[in-house]
Amino acid sequence: MLFVKNLVKKFGDFTAVDDISFRIEKGEFVAFLGPNGAGKTTSIKMFTTLLHPTSGTIELNGINPVKDTFDARRSFGIVFQDPSLDDELTAYENIEIHAVLYKIPKKDRPGRIKELLNFVELWERRNNLVKTFSGGMKRRLEIARSLMHQPAILFLDEPTSGLDPQTRNHMWEYIQRLNREQQMTVVFTTHYMEEAAKFARKIIIIDHGKKIEEGTPDELIKKAHASTLEDAFLNFTGHDIREETASAADRMRQRRQAWRGK
Amino acid sequence: MSTIYILWLRQLKRYLRSKARIVGSLAQPLLFLVAMGFGFGPFFQKAGQGNYMEFLSPGIIAMSILFTAIFTGIDMIWDRQFGFLKETFVAPVPRSYIITGRVLGGATVAAIQGAIVLALTFIFGFRVGNWFLIPATLVIMLVVATLFAALGSAIATQLEDMQGFQLIMNFLVMPMFFFSGALFPLNGLPSILTIVARFDPMTYGVDSLRVLLTSAGGMALSPSIIVLFVLAAGLLWLTTVLFSRMEL
Ligand SMILES: Nc1ncnc2c1ncn2[C@@H]1O[C@H](COP(=O)(O)OP(=O)(O)OP(=O)(O)O)[C@@H](O)[C@H]1O
Ligand SMILES: [Mg+2]
Repeated sequence: MLFVKNLVKKFGDFTAVDDISFRIEKGEFVAFLGPNGAGKTTSIKMFTTLLHPTSGTIELNGINPVKDTFDARRSFGIVFQDPSLDDELTAYENIEIHAVLYKIPKKDRPGRIKELLNFVELWERRNNLVKTFSGGMKRRLEIARSLMHQPAILFLDEPTSGLDPQTRNHMWEYIQRLNREQQMTVVFTTHYMEEAAKFARKIIIIDHGKKIEEGTPDELIKKAHASTLEDAFLNFTGHDIREETASAADRMRQRRQAWRGK
Repeated sequence: MSTIYILWLRQLKRYLRSKARIVGSLAQPLLFLVAMGFGFGPFFQKAGQGNYMEFLSPGIIAMSILFTAIFTGIDMIWDRQFGFLKETFVAPVPRSYIITGRVLGGATVAAIQGAIVLALTFIFGFRVGNWFLIPATLVIMLVVATLFAALGSAIATQLEDMQGFQLIMNFLVMPMFFFSGALFPLNGLPSILTIVARFDPMTYGVDSLRVLLTSAGGMALSPSIIVLFVLAAGLLWLTTVLFSRMEL
């Protein structure tokens, strides 16, 4: 489903993603685990055609996203790390724009939108402006929107950052159901160790742009001779996932999120 | 086509829902009409230049189109910071459609704003020279709006934040307005200002509207309109190129 080989992304002299390779098969539920600035978002941006790789190859659903950009875009759904809804429009209108952009036939739209808004329990709020929604509701709407065109693979970049634990669990229930019931391939990033351990069936640890390890949570713990994933991470990378200092750009973004009350 | 339409519609909905923005952007032209119109009117008349309200009104209509249309750029920076732009960037549609929808949406909003201001000028005694020219006037208002919506968007592709746009407002948009002949006649100005006015796209917008509304323009009408069309097309093209190269 997602085959990545020797992927590199450089910003000037700085290497944000450094020679990453892995294979993800259909129906897998995979976590990209790494501290702030590890290169998770940059990787996802390359998988989703927002950034050109400096070198290396990507194959997504049998498509080369660098060449067949539009075909690739129809194959994946994405929930970005930062919000990406139009606050001045209603929940329904936000999904409707997506449906038009992805050329969903007009007659199929109302039924499908209703189904998805029901799935994330927002149907009752469909005619409310998004700016009146809580952080969790916005996230749910973004998930519903990303599913509108029935993607084969779903990318979620820190889908639960800024949400309270209860909302977070709720969110994972939706995503797990998608994976279980529709065999949808799910790739998410996180720097919450517990989340990766609890939900992912495969974890890819990245640090400073490099892939450090890959395996099921149990395999990783065993391999590192550790008792928890937390310890395993420490053993693999030589530092705690939380100790990493965020880069200036990341701190800016975090401040912006805080300022937005998220 | 449907992509362009839905993004055009989005701009319109955002405008119609933001009552504060509509009222706010009418306050400024009103203030200009009252303060300048009544303040300078007597001097203008004494200087043998005729009725100032008649001279000023097309300029103020053009001004409100300019400011509203340039706002399309601010909208883009906003969408970039608050994320909606990303949603359109990963969609399987060409960037050129996205930017066309955005610019036309912003231009339509600005043209509507211009039409409202035109209606307002009637309250202050402005009279249209020839009602049969009103449809043509509305078309030209849309062209002027497209020109500046494209310009604002082109600038916005190069900026990361609002502060940058503030500079553009002060050092580009305000001078474009002041030296366009919106407020005073361009004849008899120091030659340096005449040259500035010649290179100011706003000059051609003000002149075209003045001719169409009062049939008393400074430049011959047709050249001004041709300049407007060429500039609007050129800027739309430039914006598309810049927008297509944009990375988030
Ligand atoms: N456009 C850019 N130009 C220059 N450097 C960049 C750019 N985008 C990202 N970087 C840098 O690349 C590195 C990886 O960033 P990235 O956003 O991929 O990290 P991340 O793993 O997603 O982190 P976080 O957990 O904070 O989201 C960071 O050091 C970041 O500052
Ligand atoms: Mg990230």
